[in-house]
Amino acid sequence: MTKRQSRMMLVALLVAGVSLAGYFGAKAFSKTLLYYFSPTDVVAGKAPKGKSFRLGGLVSINSVKRDGIKVTFKVTDNANSFTIKYEGILPDLFREGQGIITTGSLVDGTFIATEVLAKHDENYMPPEVAESLKKSAEQ
Amino acid sequence: MWKWIQAFASPKNFYSISAKIIPWLLYPFIIITLVGLYWGLVIAPADYQQGESYRIMYVHVPAAWMSMFIYMVLAFSGAIGLIWQIKLANVVAKVSAPIGASFTFLALVTGAVWGKPMWGTWWVWDARLTSELILLFLYLAYMSLNNAFDNPKTAAKASSILAIVGLVNLPIIHYSVVWWNTLHQGASISSIAKIAQPAIHSDMLLPLLLMGVAFKLLYGSLMLMRARDEVLIQEQNSGWVKSLIMEKG
Repeated sequence: MTKRQSRMMLVALLVAGVSLAGYFGAKAFSKTLLYYFSPTDVVAGKAPKGKSFRLGGLVSINSVKRDGIKVTFKVTDNANSFTIKYEGILPDLFREGQGIITTGSLVDGTFIATEVLAKHDENYMPPEVAESLKKSAEQ
Repeated sequence: MWKWIQAFASPKNFYSISAKIIPWLLYPFIIITLVGLYWGLVIAPADYQQGESYRIMYVHVPAAWMSMFIYMVLAFSGAIGLIWQIKLANVVAKVSAPIGASFTFLALVTGAVWGKPMWGTWWVWDARLTSELILLFLYLAYMSLNNAFDNPKTAAKASSILAIVGLVNLPIIHYSVVWWNTLHQGASISSIAKIAQPAIHSDMLLPLLLMGVAFKLLYGSLMLMRARDEVLIQEQNSGWVKSLIMEKG
């Protein structure tokens, strides 16, 4: 093996070793890297009990009730849902049907939220297009 | 081909050829940026949910693309420098790092500015944001390691190894939104399936692609300019630099 080839081998081994380490690292962390739990996860007992955690899902249609800055609404993943109670300012993107992530804890089946974040999806379009998509979906 | 590459890679030839290439990158950059920004910020329609706020993506997304692209340049030219010991490859890696760090910083800052009104927070420790922050730290670590040695050869060797090790972060950044539940949205245009049916309306997508091209040109011209300076510094005692100084007075 020439010197150049041995250096090439060294770099290749370095890349292979690091990728392997990265793969196992990512695998080991995959649980803790989950940013939020879905309502189904919580029903299945995957969320930490008695501790604060993040719950993510869609805001149920016709579930938002406002009383000043106190808000009550339901978060669903179309299989299970939880009632959320929150006091504070909601982000711009918060609306019914929108994906949100909320931090808080479960108290007697109701999720008492300390923070509500809106999740945006990857779709970008002008309002007219969104309107016509909606219309064609209704027909 | 190989001979041509070697000839170009000699510092002296690089210095004269790069001077001719730079205007071909710099002027198109200026024109495309002006067109792309006007198109993106004025002509493109508002978003159905975010209104006008989404327009920050015309800086945020290309900056994030560049942050990853330049890191790839760093690692590949580092590897070329290690294996074939081409001085120019080490120079390219060295001068690219601060540019890459700046794009990463820009992506993080524009993301935070957008995140506050849209998500309701400047920052969350989700997988995408955290891995992009790690990328910034990798750039900074690369730069400080490269500066820690007096001998450019030793500096290049040590920092190239760091760059190659850090390469593992790139797929993590890219797939973080797929592998884990994140607050950051998924990719709108990166997969092949989405090119046929992009998640961004074409009126909004075209200026974004233009800005992507513009940022690449900007990187190309900045990199060449900085590489020319670095070559002069590293070769200051060689004959061709001395005769260049004599010529220009």
